[in-house]
Amino acid sequence: MVPTNYYLILSAILFGLGIVAFVFKRNIITLFMAIELMLNAVNLAFVAFSQSLGKPDGEVFVLFVIVVAAAEAAVGLGIIILTARNRHSLNVERVNLLKL
Amino acid sequence: MTAPLIIFFVLAAVAVFGAVSLILQKHPIHSALSLIVVMVALAGLYLLMGAEFVAAVQIIVYGGAIMVLFVFVIMLLNAGEEERTNLSRLATYAGIPLALALAGFIAAAIARSGGYLPAPAPNGALTSTKTLSMLLFTEFVYPFELTSFLILVAILGAIVLAQREN
Repeated sequence: MVPTNYYLILSAILFGLGIVAFVFKRNIITLFMAIELMLNAVNLAFVAFSQSLGKPDGEVFVLFVIVVAAAEAAVGLGIIILTARNRHSLNVERVNLLKL
Repeated sequence: MTAPLIIFFVLAAVAVFGAVSLILQKHPIHSALSLIVVMVALAGLYLLMGAEFVAAVQIIVYGGAIMVLFVFVIMLLNAGEEERTNLSRLATYAGIPLALALAGFIAAAIARSGGYLPAPAPNGALTSTKTLSMLLFTEFVYPFELTSFLILVAILGAIVLAQREN
């Protein structure tokens, strides 16, 4: 069988790539996708621990995380549409009204 | 090398490839398709671990609903290639070292935990959907009701945000 550590290392790699994408990308929609990638990495760790400890609790939490991600995507994409309408750009550098 | 290990490495390579592709692609629609590759690979890993219901939900909700929403918004806004701008100085001098430090800490923690974690149950003992639903509707019924409330608020929020002001 696959050791639990391998899953955790993969989860850490995916989470790190999510952070890199979040820092380096400039398109506001891609930033949102980076957040989804990080949530997926955490879900992988949840399921790995759940299987490793032999308790299904972790999988129930994954379902909650997916629900929260869906709610976040719905509201966040609404905000993105509004921002794009007002600023006429999807670049996060252009959304700087609150910047000093 | 046993068969599950080979499947794991193939799926892990696909997932990492998709994540790297998400970063390297210039066009948001290509990034979205890369993210779908990652999600399908993760669903395969869940099946490998014996979490059948989570794998199905991953495909249906993540790969289906959420990503369709993303692609829909990308097309609605007619998003083109992203413009490159320079990284801020804060990101260069503080952000990258801090990100490397975080990666180091996580790697060290996982490496140290090696001996304590038991391997998953052999030959993929499936967590049955029945067990999962029993747990969801007895022990976790309060968070379950809260998430339904959260979904309701999200629907209201999306409607309020999306309507045009007259």
